[in-house]
Amino acid sequence: MTKEEIKTVILDIIAEIAPDEDLSDIKSDVPFRDQLELDSMDFLDIVMELRKRYGIEVPEDDYQQLATLDSSVAYLEPRMKDL
Amino acid sequence: MTDSLEGTKPQYDVVVIGSGLGGLTAANMLAKDGYSVLLLEHHHKLGGLATWFKRKGGHIFDVSLHGFPYGMVKTCRKYWTREMADCITQIKGIRFDNPQFSLTTTYDTNDFKRTMQDYFKVPADTVDSFVTTIKNMNFYDEHTMTTREMFDKFFPGRDDVVRFLLEPIAYANGSTLDDEAITYGIVFSNFLSRGVYIFRGGTDKIIGMMEAELKKNGVDIRTGARVEKIVVEGGKVAGVVANGKTIKARAVISNANVKATVQRLVGEEHFSKEFAEETRKVRLNNSSCQVYIGIRKGETIDYVGDLLFTSVADKLDAQMLRSRNITSRTYSFYYPDIRPGSDRYAIVASTNANYEDWAYLPEDEYRASKQDLIESTLDALERYVPGIRNKADYVEAATPKTFERYTLHPNGTSFGTKFEGLRVSMGLNEQVPGLFHTGSVGIIMSGWLGAANYGVIVANNADKYLRP
Repeated sequence: MTKEEIKTVILDIIAEIAPDEDLSDIKSDVPFRDQLELDSMDFLDIVMELRKRYGIEVPEDDYQQLATLDSSVAYLEPRMKDL
Repeated sequence: MTDSLEGTKPQYDVVVIGSGLGGLTAANMLAKDGYSVLLLEHHHKLGGLATWFKRKGGHIFDVSLHGFPYGMVKTCRKYWTREMADCITQIKGIRFDNPQFSLTTTYDTNDFKRTMQDYFKVPADTVDSFVTTIKNMNFYDEHTMTTREMFDKFFPGRDDVVRFLLEPIAYANGSTLDDEAITYGIVFSNFLSRGVYIFRGGTDKIIGMMEAELKKNGVDIRTGARVEKIVVEGGKVAGVVANGKTIKARAVISNANVKATVQRLVGEEHFSKEFAEETRKVRLNNSSCQVYIGIRKGETIDYVGDLLFTSVADKLDAQMLRSRNITSRTYSFYYPDIRPGSDRYAIVASTNANYEDWAYLPEDEYRASKQDLIESTLDALERYVPGIRNKADYVEAATPKTFERYTLHPNGTSFGTKFEGLRVSMGLNEQVPGLFHTGSVGIIMSGWLGAANYGVIVANNADKYLRP
């Protein structure tokens, strides 16, 4: 997957988890939780969906890599490049 | 639903033991993923502590419905149904009355900040920085600070503020000052995001909706089915023995107490020495006493708030909260609008309690103590509901013994175990492949919201194990 595709994947997952949130002007370098009403369970849902949909395991120690859209894409790109 | 194990299949992908909100939610998630799931409950009703009971005279009592965070809306929507989420409504009158302060709040962020600044005179930037700190906590964070240390840092010398902050959570989850700060902070910030909520229609309605959904998704539900043993073969989970019948399973999710799962259901011999030892060290949380007060048909009571935290103690003290010499009580007021179409009122008074104070009393002394609990509760309630003895026509009490009988939890614990139970709960599958646990461990995974969410996390881990 390309960076753009990975970005779409993440935003799709968030849109499903938090259907009331407006994701159209999300800032890619600001933590999700500073601009969206995502609690720790919503965040875990992102991690669980990545595993279910793409078989990607994100260990607990790496959770902070998923804080912003930019950091998520940077973290996931090498792991999703062959998908 | 039948009351026996007649007609069960010889093998399931997953057997779920216990139907608390964790067990129910885990069963639902796995069934939706396409696994064959058998749900076994020893009691004749589903729900665990998310339960209710009916009594002569048209009374209905909810045991634990009073007040969960907004997150439950999202949890119902994400893991159950939109219809369930739509039944959740806010309760706005969270009231405190004790020698240090008397106030009413909705307990959402804005009202909380206003109360902290205007009533308790805490500077705005201190309040903001406290709120930011707890909102950024995660259950997987390193935990090095206790709740006491966190309060000392933000509100030194303010035991009134500490009481305002801790008392509701102590009642919600058995939280104390000596527990890890994240276990308090996550639960508190869950409440703080939007206040306190309830399920309109009552516990019977939500559990009924869950049962219907589980059936729709193909879960085989059996009540009156008590699991005696989790079968381990070749170091792996192979099934369960329930009501004397062996049923094979690739994975078992126990929604029994985590210590009971290791020690009674599986047996310590199937775990490493270190793990068995670690399990023994897990501390149980406290239990509760409750007094259920049913208001006579045709009688009304004035609105005095939805949740009322009262105490006559000078200061908050976790030991005192559980003492039989009760100084603190929480009242849940259930007005007719909780069950649309009903015209009935009920009040449930809760206190935290120690099992030891009740378990070993001779029968006559136990009965007398229960009666004493009822009388002293009605006396205390008179202050808030004048004439309560004339308005009530049904009263009943539950003690830690009662909770033990219905939930089978050791020492009748109503909030599972302390935080160290989470490590044991999460580590079972490494010790005995195919073995999982969901249920109240460590406060975060406790309460209606925590229990349901932990069910999702554990179902995810079980799916990881089961997936080829």
